[in-house]
Amino acid sequence: MASYNTNEFRSGLKLMIDGDPCAIVENEFVKPGKGQAFNRVKIRNLKTGRVIDRTYKSGESVEAADVMDTEMQYLYNDGEFWYFMDPDSYEQIGADVNAVGENTKWLKEQDTYTVTLWNGSPLTITPPNFVLLTVTETDPGVRGDTSGGGGKPATMETGAVVRVPLFINEGELLKVDTRTCEYVGRAKEED
Amino acid sequence: MASLDILKKRAALLRQVRAFFYARDILEVDTPALSSTGNTDPNIESFTTSYIGPGKNKTLYLHTSPEFSMKRLLADNSGSIYQLCKVFRNGEFGRQHSPEFTMLEWYHLDYDHHQLMDEVALLLDEVLEQTMPIVKLTYQQAFTDYAGIDPLNINLVALKRCAEKHGLVDVIGMEDASTDDWCDLIMDQVVVPKLGQGRVFIYDYPASQAALSKISEDDPRVAERFELFIDGVEIANGFHELTNAKEQRQRFENENIKRKRKGQSPLPIDENLLSALATGLPDCAGVAVGVDRLLMLIAGADSISTVLSASSVD
Repeated sequence: MASYNTNEFRSGLKLMIDGDPCAIVENEFVKPGKGQAFNRVKIRNLKTGRVIDRTYKSGESVEAADVMDTEMQYLYNDGEFWYFMDPDSYEQIGADVNAVGENTKWLKEQDTYTVTLWNGSPLTITPPNFVLLTVTETDPGVRGDTSGGGGKPATMETGAVVRVPLFINEGELLKVDTRTCEYVGRAKEED
Repeated sequence: MASLDILKKRAALLRQVRAFFYARDILEVDTPALSSTGNTDPNIESFTTSYIGPGKNKTLYLHTSPEFSMKRLLADNSGSIYQLCKVFRNGEFGRQHSPEFTMLEWYHLDYDHHQLMDEVALLLDEVLEQTMPIVKLTYQQAFTDYAGIDPLNINLVALKRCAEKHGLVDVIGMEDASTDDWCDLIMDQVVVPKLGQGRVFIYDYPASQAALSKISEDDPRVAERFELFIDGVEIANGFHELTNAKEQRQRFENENIKRKRKGQSPLPIDENLLSALATGLPDCAGVAVGVDRLLMLIAGADSISTVLSASSVD
């Protein structure tokens, strides 16, 4: 089984901790001049998203997690699974609700998402930081109001609800930040 | 990589250090960085290299500190001496570590560790250009106050429980750890963060962590060793120096036994140092100061790489 020595620790490295796949968020080498060295590590559990602190005596080895990120195209949802396709091999894979989680609200057919695979199965789905989506439902636009103050909720074609300026109308294409769920601006199709 | 501003600050710091010792009539020395004997300390890894050429081909080690060669000069009646040099420690790389770094080391004859702590404080006033009160705490007091445990009366179970009580529940790889390993962990993660801002000397370390210091005659449970922390960062380590050759040999041999047990190779013992001690090392105290870390304080730098003109590893 592949493993990593604490000397190889760096952020992003994927490890198996207590049976769960995890990623190193932060690694710090600490050592008194004449004493034992340790690695103080912040680790994110990739299944739960929780971040924990761990201390390793330097020189220890930790089992590697077989985790890889792949870019895949979202196809459809059959009520139980969300299906993604590898654009090179055309291989399809179904992600369950645990993997997709809250990100269902960003899924648009034909668009590309990062599918994190653990032992070949989808672990998490990550949308791009910015997506272009059409407004399907919002209160009528207030003409001339470009102040951006206040705002109103708008439902996007994928189901995400985003706070938008008052002048936005249904049918408009918007650029949205998926990390903060915030409106960025109006967009054109080629953006 | 250091900016021009930091390069200038480094030059100024080295100038101030030299002026400090010149004013005290302490001689600057320049000892070899290569040696045919290594440092047996199991927690310090020497870089190994080979000499090939006229003379005898042999394995050489880059010094991890100029201590042994400086002590030979002391035994040869040099009087008080200091040195500024690069030292090398394999495997040490991080925000506060570089495998090669600049060390200031000095020895003051007829001083004990308390007098030397006072001299270190004077040097700090000059190079940090700020007079500041110092705090002095024994190792025992620091552990009692900040970790709630008496480090001179402990066992593995109590140390583990103490670590857990302070949030260190998931420490991996401690199955074969010694009481000193646990003390290092608690010192680093529990005690030092609570020392706060300012200049704090911790002294009278447990005898098991004596390194090259004298065991106290008043209390054989402790060694006459000190460390300096500034704003929670280890800056210096000093000893009232062990002068007994027989005891020094015993410590080197014990360290090599520990190295073997940990799967490290034992290293050749510095017989030149031991014969110098046998001839007579004058009573003295010595200290090693991390110059790059001092510069980090002066420059307000968060990482040692910021104050180095280039990194040897990255």
